Amino acid sequence: MIRAILVFNNHGKARMTKFYEYYPEDMQHQIVRETFHLVSKREDNVCNFLEGGTLIGGSDYKLIYRHYATLYFVFCVDSSESELGILDLIQVFVETLDKCFENVCELDLIFHVDKVLYILQELVMGGMVLETNMTEILTRIEEQNKLEKQEAGIAAAPARAVSAVKEMNIPQKIKDIKLPDLPSIGNLKF
Amino acid sequence: MALRKVKGTIDRVMDKNLQDLVRGIRNHKDTEPKFIADCIDEIKQELKQDNLAVKANAVSKLNYLQMLGYDISWAAFNVIEVMSSTKFTYKRIGYLAASQSFHEGTDVLMLTTNMIRKDLSSQNMYDAGVALNGLSCFITVDLARDLANDIMTLMTSSRPYLRKKAVLIMYKVFLRFPEALRPAFPRLKEKLEDPDPGAQSAAVNVICELARKNPKNYLSLAPLFFKLMTSSTNNWVLIKIIKLFGALTPLEPRLGKKLIEPLTNLIHSTSAMSLLYECINTVIAVLISISSGIPNHTASIQLCVQKLRILIEDSDQNLKYLGLLAMSRILSTHPKSVQTHKDLILQCLDDKDESIRIRALDLLYGMVSKKNLMEIVKKLMVHMDKAEGSHYRDELLSKIIEICSQSNYQYITNFEWYVSILVELTRMEGTRHGKLIASQMLDVAIRVQAIRHFAVTQMALLLENSQALVSNSQRNGICEVLYAAAWVCGEFAEHLSDPQSTLDCMLRPKITILPGHIQSVYVQNMLKLYGKVIKRAEDEDNEQMLKDVNELLADKLPIFVQSADLEVQERACCILQVAKYVGKLHEKGVKMGEELEQLYAGDLNPVAIKAQKKVPVPDGLDLDKWINPPPSDSSDDEIQGPSFFAMGKSEHMSMYQYDNDERKPVYEPTEEELTVSRTARKMEQMHNPHYLKDDGKSKRKKNDLLKLDDIPVAEIDLSVPLHIPGSDKYSKLSAYQVADGKNKSRKKGKKKKRRHDGSDSDPDVEVMHAVSTVVDMPEGAHLSDKDDDENDNDLNKKLDMNLDEPLRDDERLPVRTHHVVLNSESPEHEATETNDKPKKKHRVKDKKKERKEKDKKKDKKKSKSSNHEGPSLLLAAEGDDKTGDNGVVNDVTDLSVIENTTAVSKADDIEYWLSESAENTPSPTKANTTLTTTITNNGTDSAYNIVLSTEDDEANQAGEKPRKKKEKKKKDKKEKKKKDKLKRSEYIEADGITTPSKENITLSQQPTPLDVQLPPMSSYILLAENKTLKMTCEVRASNLRGDQIIVSIVFTNQSTNHIKDLEFNVLDTLNTKLIRGMGHSNQDAVKVPFNLLPDSQNEGQFAFSVESINMPQKLRGTMTYILKTDDGSSHEKLDFKLNLPCSSYLVSTPCKSSEYTNFLSGGELSAKSSLQVNPTDSQLSISLAKVCFFLHFRVIEQVDNSASLYSRSIQGHPVCLLVKKTNEQLNIDGKSTDGNLLSNILDDVRNLLTTTTTTMVSS
Repeated sequence: MIRAILVFNNHGKARMTKFYEYYPEDMQHQIVRETFHLVSKREDNVCNFLEGGTLIGGSDYKLIYRHYATLYFVFCVDSSESELGILDLIQVFVETLDKCFENVCELDLIFHVDKVLYILQELVMGGMVLETNMTEILTRIEEQNKLEKQEAGIAAAPARAVSAVKEMNIPQKIKDIKLPDLPSIGNLKF
Repeated sequence: MALRKVKGTIDRVMDKNLQDLVRGIRNHKDTEPKFIADCIDEIKQELKQDNLAVKANAVSKLNYLQMLGYDISWAAFNVIEVMSSTKFTYKRIGYLAASQSFHEGTDVLMLTTNMIRKDLSSQNMYDAGVALNGLSCFITVDLARDLANDIMTLMTSSRPYLRKKAVLIMYKVFLRFPEALRPAFPRLKEKLEDPDPGAQSAAVNVICELARKNPKNYLSLAPLFFKLMTSSTNNWVLIKIIKLFGALTPLEPRLGKKLIEPLTNLIHSTSAMSLLYECINTVIAVLISISSGIPNHTASIQLCVQKLRILIEDSDQNLKYLGLLAMSRILSTHPKSVQTHKDLILQCLDDKDESIRIRALDLLYGMVSKKNLMEIVKKLMVHMDKAEGSHYRDELLSKIIEICSQSNYQYITNFEWYVSILVELTRMEGTRHGKLIASQMLDVAIRVQAIRHFAVTQMALLLENSQALVSNSQRNGICEVLYAAAWVCGEFAEHLSDPQSTLDCMLRPKITILPGHIQSVYVQNMLKLYGKVIKRAEDEDNEQMLKDVNELLADKLPIFVQSADLEVQERACCILQVAKYVGKLHEKGVKMGEELEQLYAGDLNPVAIKAQKKVPVPDGLDLDKWINPPPSDSSDDEIQGPSFFAMGKSEHMSMYQYDNDERKPVYEPTEEELTVSRTARKMEQMHNPHYLKDDGKSKRKKNDLLKLDDIPVAEIDLSVPLHIPGSDKYSKLSAYQVADGKNKSRKKGKKKKRRHDGSDSDPDVEVMHAVSTVVDMPEGAHLSDKDDDENDNDLNKKLDMNLDEPLRDDERLPVRTHHVVLNSESPEHEATETNDKPKKKHRVKDKKKERKEKDKKKDKKKSKSSNHEGPSLLLAAEGDDKTGDNGVVNDVTDLSVIENTTAVSKADDIEYWLSESAENTPSPTKANTTLTTTITNNGTDSAYNIVLSTEDDEANQAGEKPRKKKEKKKKDKKEKKKKDKLKRSEYIEADGITTPSKENITLSQQPTPLDVQLPPMSSYILLAENKTLKMTCEVRASNLRGDQIIVSIVFTNQSTNHIKDLEFNVLDTLNTKLIRGMGHSNQDAVKVPFNLLPDSQNEGQFAFSVESINMPQKLRGTMTYILKTDDGSSHEKLDFKLNLPCSSYLVSTPCKSSEYTNFLSGGELSAKSSLQVNPTDSQLSISLAKVCFFLHFRVIEQVDNSASLYSRSIQGHPVCLLVKKTNEQLNIDGKSTDGNLLSNILDDVRNLLTTTTTTMVSS
């Protein structure tokens, strides 16, 4: 079971949090802080697993994370999950984000955390892995977006125009999440 | 009206949306709290409006704020409003907010039941999907109970997307509402064979989670999982299943034996590291469970250890970490095999990665021996000096203690060295393990009598130099060692050279900053020292000394009397009074020394860690009953003797019990017997109903005797300087001992008795001190007794139920009468399920069918066989619920008989399956190419009769085998033997059959008059062959990935030499490329991960990426390898051509006949093509079987001389074939969405049917 999925940046600012067990908001905040503290002090070339989170889980739980440019993707899982499998799932998640946002960067996550959560819902449900096939995930997301567009119809046109204008204010988006080819991904066939 | 709408839209444009909120927060970095407070006010306004769009917008903003840590529970009702919107857009926002912020305690959730039910049955599948997703996060007991049935219905939805979600969420339902488990289980089990990989993987996931908690209930599913394991290509599913087997094997060693082979095969063949790793893990679990079972499992251990070594040596830190992790599991049972890799593990201790160092530390535990302990500990001490993080340093410290103290200090040859190490450890700054060190000091001093003198001297030194330790008085800090030091000095004061100066050290005013429990021990032991000093002074008639010591106490003790800690205060008062009294008596010239010493006479034994719990409650004693009426403060009465004085601080009481090594008896602070005389204490115990009467007394006596007899007093070698702290000399000493063997044996002779611990693996290292193993335990209790208070999770217990038992009437799930049912079939389905035993239902139907078709000659064996067919037909049965009513009626009379027999056979099903491997039958992992094929032609009953597809046959396999065997038993035994031989010889000669994947083909179940014996078929085709090497291959496609196929190649070594360094390479085409892994260019060869022994074979899998699938592909490739002959080795090469016909992209997929009709009548399948062939086989059924087997089709319907077949490509093109037989000719009409694909497939069909071979011929 996955207990929590956290995405935060190099400064520990949460960009997306998903807890599959109930924690009050302040506790969630502390968990993010602690996790950031644990993860951020690790160098880039060390292994992606770590034990020792005190707030979440216990001895059976592990943090499995990946660091992409400015963002950390951290999964807190118990021993029923395969470590390498979860690493792969993180990769699938990020690749899916990359496809959905066309070159995903931190700003996409900042402004569209809701969409990120929708995408995550197609991968993981209630702490269990739902789908790992990226084409299937993308189709489902695509179809739901289509549905949303249909419903919005003409009425949404002005709103869209306004938000397009607002978008222009955002200083040039830095496309900063690079997707490096990870050594293990080539070997895994999921 | 229209105007209002426009106005609303304009308002909405002006409202802040989520992006504006985020932008605003970013722009107000300094005044963020204020800005957010304003926003929340705005949101509150928006929520008050009627417009749902505005509300939804507000909720989506709240959602973001929730992530920032703001409580949004006040808006729960508004969230529900948004959830109830009819628009998917808003619904999704609402459910998202709910899933982020709702929890079991959210009270408005009880309002949602009907809304969620409506959403679940919504026509729009994404409405239901969103609802399921939300539900998975906030499901409550009530929701679980009320919605269980609706979710069950969704499990059989025609849409795989909903099926997989419904299956997955069932786990959450079970957690909240365990009663649903038994009724839902049969359906969950069906889903293990769901055609949709997502739903299947969800079902595997759920069952694995359930089985992790209560493995024994799921043992009966082992055959099914075994079959999935050998057939599935989805690594996620495989990993889960393999993990599950890891949990099951400890319960059933026979299962382990069965697993070893396929797992080893997987280890050899898989290229996915994750899968490889889980296989190794499960093999390890198996080996642990059967460690004494089979003698020749060393090969498997070797394999695991070797593979792990490769992982550990890998440059990828993740693999290194996992390798070490798995290694530590082997360590417990097979330490020897791990020890050979000591070099590697010690090397990992120097890794820059802390996680890896900690893992390596875990392994050190098994690496030590008497010889190398000192060396290893020295190395660790050096590490400890260098380590910067306190976490790692603590870890090191506890590991040092762990490896030294393991199995009763088995590896320690010199306890002086160990005590010095402990003393050295006290210099580590900021450690959390003060208590651990202290408990070791106590334990060693108590149990190793020979070391006491040395230990006491060291402890006295520690007390003398306690300033540094005292200043660091945080909890659990290093100051804890003073507790041990004070106690050791007091209890064994006779070894002190100068008790008075020690007493002086203990009375320093600085001591008062120490935590209370340490101070109390100090005070307590002052009295012991005091007694000793008095005694000595009286013996020497030293008036001055008497006076000094009395003055000292009178002078310094009052500080302790003023202590804020009650315990300290009380003890100090007592002792002060005693001292005053003694002083008075001294003035009268009375000698008090003897009497004072009497207070602490006698030896104390360590109390076993579980002793307290094992004290039986005497008859007639109710511990929960109040002895006095509740209001009175009577809790003191309930305290048991030994813990009485420690009671003031619960933390104190347990402080030496937290050590994780349970085998090691740990000292309990019974020494804190106070100033009350021992006789008084005994009196008290006599009257204490909680205390075992007389027991303590007799035990102590017994133990004293025991000790005199059993425990040798080892002399300390006086040639060793005793007073220099530091450990180096000890390692030198031990080196000296090892080197000087003769000398040592003489020494050995000198010492009277020597106890050697169990297995003396390295007898040349001498043990210098004996460890006492005497431990206090209540009568009748044993150290090895299982701890009865295991933390059994309540929930796990609730989910612990027998799943094989038929359902009872009262177990039906609550169904609401007004509930609108989605699926018209389901009421009937539900009804039958709850009315009688659902698991039997399908079987009964099968049976029914069988009867219609055959003459009604059936015996018990037959009905047994139908039982075995049961599971595999579930899918088909599900599709067809229109069972004739009269059929049911007709069969009613037989029901009971069937039930009896099925119940019996069910019970020994798993037994049978497991015992199979014991007999020497070919295991299911081997391909069985014999076809006992029987095809029925009975028209309308469609799906039941023809289950031709290979996948289903695979599915049948496990169940099928026993049946086959039983039938065979009926036949002439000799004939059977012949057949078996034949089969086996075929098996050896046939092309590439020893593969982990099996193609066992049994085309249908019911024997009919038209028994047709199909020729053996294998989907492995010859790829290339020369004198030394033969390659056969099979193409495996899976609808998991539309852009990949797997080519599985069996390499057979036909020579008597070793073949190694196999390298596989193909020339990529634009369309089809070999996936070579990271960092390889597209010309590089792929290394085959194994060598071939003479006359052996092994299978390797290669993945190819495919772009378009409508053209057949031919790939040229080369195999290079090194042939090792007696006179050297030579490079060899074998060229091959790999054909990938279009049919290899097809995946056998089931299809309901109704769906099939829709396909044909709908305009979607635009491409048409037809074909006429004169098949080599005269019978239609054989042709069909071949098409199904080789070309991955499935028969949808077969009527007389025509049949309809269906398949799907990996990219989702449906392909429908109609086959008609007229005279000798077969007319085949095909329909699909892609014309090229279709015509190429028809070419494949033609080739297949017009050639006579039974392996697929390369076209």
